[in-house]
Amino acid sequence: MSQNEGFKRFVELGRVVMVNGGKDAGKLAVIVEIIDHNRALIDGPSNGVPRQVASYADITLTPYVVKGLPRSAGSKVVAKLYEKVGVQAKWEASSWAKKLAARKRRAELTDFERFQVMKLKKQRRYEVRSKSAKA
Amino acid sequence: MYNRLAEYQVVGRKLPSEKEPVPKLYRMRLFAPNDVVAKSRFWYFIKQMRKLKKASGEIVACDLILEKRPLKVKNFGVWLRYDSRSGTHNMYKEYRGMSRVEAVEQMYADMAARHRSRFRNVHILKVVELEKNADVKRPYIRQLLDPKLRFPLPSRLPKSAGAGKKVFAANRPSTWY
Repeated sequence: MSQNEGFKRFVELGRVVMVNGGKDAGKLAVIVEIIDHNRALIDGPSNGVPRQVASYADITLTPYVVKGLPRSAGSKVVAKLYEKVGVQAKWEASSWAKKLAARKRRAELTDFERFQVMKLKKQRRYEVRSKSAKA
Repeated sequence: MYNRLAEYQVVGRKLPSEKEPVPKLYRMRLFAPNDVVAKSRFWYFIKQMRKLKKASGEIVACDLILEKRPLKVKNFGVWLRYDSRSGTHNMYKEYRGMSRVEAVEQMYADMAARHRSRFRNVHILKVVELEKNADVKRPYIRQLLDPKLRFPLPSRLPKSAGAGKKVFAANRPSTWY
């Protein structure tokens, strides 16, 4: 459809979404059925996201789609097709997921680890600058 | 999920007398925020339809009716009668949701928005789950029944932009998804 030109991520059956907040924040789920222009029924059995109604404001569309998902499919079918398409592996290999993981790790650092990071960054800075000064 | 309303089954009858030792039972399915309001609405409606009022009758049962399949997306047709400023009219509206209660809540909000009618002005005549897609009449619901339905979310404002919360922002938010 020409009105969909230029858009890459669509709300559609099988679209993989990331839950924004709450108990399952950061986990992936699949759109199982579109309710209306504001809500969809999502389910993430492989990730522990229970089947629930989600508003589009509470989820983020990802570039992944589970193709061939029938409308209103049960959790078992969703889990099977999710594994078959291999969404979780693709997601974890993406730079988006890696950035999120890095942010989370940084927030979990202990004081000693922060000290270690500081030392390593200093060392890298010194080596890069000394090399570039010589060049 | 928190719902403003719940569905109740209220059964009432006239008080037994010598003339009528076992009076007829009348049953109503109502939508109300709690069982107190449910019983009150029962008397309100039953008085309009039968020679029965709270002083001369009793409530036999008032039970909560839960949604049978709360995770199944359903289409509902709601028949209602409402008072406008200059008259009373019948209406038929359709809603798409997970439960009868949700459809009724959408209906009250919709009637308030489109017709400025309040809870007291609306009588629900019938709420029916439309099982077949062919029974859905309204185009605003039909458009959602397309099996290949897909649409983008253009011009999306993420919650991180702080709409209504942040007073100042360093940059304008990006609405591209």
